[in-house]
Amino acid sequence: MQPSRRAFVVFNYIFLTLLSLAMLLPFLHILAGSFSSGPAITQGRVSIVPVEFTLGNFQAVLGDPKIWRSFWVTILITVVGTAVNLTATSLMSYGLSKHELKGRSAIVLIVLFTMIFPAPMIPSYLLVKELGLLNSVWSLVVPGAISAFNMIIMISFFRGIPEGLTESARIDGAGEYYTLWKIVLPLSLPSLSTIGLFYAVGHWNSYAQALMYIRNQELFPLQVLLRRLLVDSDEQMLIRVNNAVQSVEGIKMASIMVATIPILLVYPFIQKHFVKGAMLGSIKG
Amino acid sequence: MAPPKKKPYLLRHWAIYSMILPGLLYFLTFKYIPLTGSIIAFQDYNIFKGVFGSPYVGWKHFENLFTLPEFFQVLRNTLLISLYQLAFGFPAPILLALLLNEVRKLAFKRISQTVLYLPHFMSWVIVGGLVINFLSPTIGLFNDFLEWLGFERIFFMQEPKFIRSIIVTSGIWKEVGWNTIIYLAALAGINPEYYEAAEVDGAGKFRQVVSITLPALLPTIMVLLLLRIGHILDLGFEQIYMLLNPLLWDNGEVFDTYIYRVGLLGGQYSYTTAIDMFKAVVGFILLMGANRLSKKTTGNSLY
Repeated sequence: MQPSRRAFVVFNYIFLTLLSLAMLLPFLHILAGSFSSGPAITQGRVSIVPVEFTLGNFQAVLGDPKIWRSFWVTILITVVGTAVNLTATSLMSYGLSKHELKGRSAIVLIVLFTMIFPAPMIPSYLLVKELGLLNSVWSLVVPGAISAFNMIIMISFFRGIPEGLTESARIDGAGEYYTLWKIVLPLSLPSLSTIGLFYAVGHWNSYAQALMYIRNQELFPLQVLLRRLLVDSDEQMLIRVNNAVQSVEGIKMASIMVATIPILLVYPFIQKHFVKGAMLGSIKG
Repeated sequence: MAPPKKKPYLLRHWAIYSMILPGLLYFLTFKYIPLTGSIIAFQDYNIFKGVFGSPYVGWKHFENLFTLPEFFQVLRNTLLISLYQLAFGFPAPILLALLLNEVRKLAFKRISQTVLYLPHFMSWVIVGGLVINFLSPTIGLFNDFLEWLGFERIFFMQEPKFIRSIIVTSGIWKEVGWNTIIYLAALAGINPEYYEAAEVDGAGKFRQVVSITLPALLPTIMVLLLLRIGHILDLGFEQIYMLLNPLLWDNGEVFDTYIYRVGLLGGQYSYTTAIDMFKAVVGFILLMGANRLSKKTTGNSLY
């Protein structure tokens, strides 16, 4: 290897290692802080190893019924929302994957148009209000039922299924719904799970919709609650700082961890799916 | 298999149409009705009178836009942040993909990719929380570092002059790894024989990147750049709303957060819908213009 080439290779490995550390460092710091005592944090003694180890921060966070309520709201939205997403997306994509269908390209055009001109915020809010969905979890599910982008990916996936399969089912007398349910969807499990995961992470992480449509504190998803705690330093939650071991910062850090851990737990299993999905999407532009 | 007497087309294919119908209704209801609802930008919308009862006022709100200094402030912030993102955030994943592509040790590559993709899966609330913590004057690691270097500790989240850099940098931090995926896929599609031939001709690594790799990436780069330009006034609500506080409005307020704050919370429905319309029209014009320019110069275009 030439010296200049070797220098580049060494630089490259060092650079990528440092960059990877830069991605992890903030998480490690928060993790360490969440297990550290209040004084240790506020005196700046915590880097990436817990100082004066304590579970007090987590006890304070997990002892708050509001956190649990938000957790359930978020889980509910994620499960119901993803189910609605997948049903609506696969039904429409399957229909639109049929070449012979009259009016197909017009409908696809109607969908594509919405990607260039997204629904404006205020009229969307007024619509949700008129429909009586304000302060209901449905406002977080129905207005986002289908992502045009995921639908396009799904159409191209359904196109890839050999027509002979659906054709023979039809000859055997199967209706379209039966064919979709018994033949097409089982064959599409990989892409269904990928798109389902995209939707699910979207629901889990979103807070803008809830901020707009939910005023009732009982229905706040986790992200909204967390935002109030981190940015507005929600007094009611921080009041739980009731002994010297805890501090406001420690509670905040533990709350971040509580919201992070579910994603971290599933991340190793879903990462591969996502990369595949992102590439599938990229090929179609 | 054709039935003896041909039934009407719709009746024969009712099942397929019934599958499409709910989705179509969804798009018409939740995308098109709000679009037509933009008509309130031409009204003095009154919540009690509704879209049909509110009086029309012509271009009044649009004229207001261009006379309000606040509007220009927000326009300036949006454009500046967007341009910084274009200048720094757009090339970053391309460079990173080129570097990752040079890694020959598969285990190293896989581990670093896994780590680099991670922040993408975190919500903006969590990432914003990390950023605020990282920059905190009392406990922030970054201020510890500054102090170690001999500088004063800085109240980053209270000084407007830093907010744009914070928004752009945190955006890059969160998405740079994830955005490499699309470029890595394009890089994987390059025929290795090109590189072998170049090697034989004595081309160095740098020359190979310029003459083979970048031209191969160009179509991908152009498509993404065009889409980006069409959305130059959309910065996304969640990130910026998470990082803003009233002290930072002067430099950090962008259209998306402004419409939420003044429009939705402040009840100025018509005025902010006029802004949304302005945004959409500008984005559309830019998209068309950039697409045309790209078609002429590079031959790549969206359609």
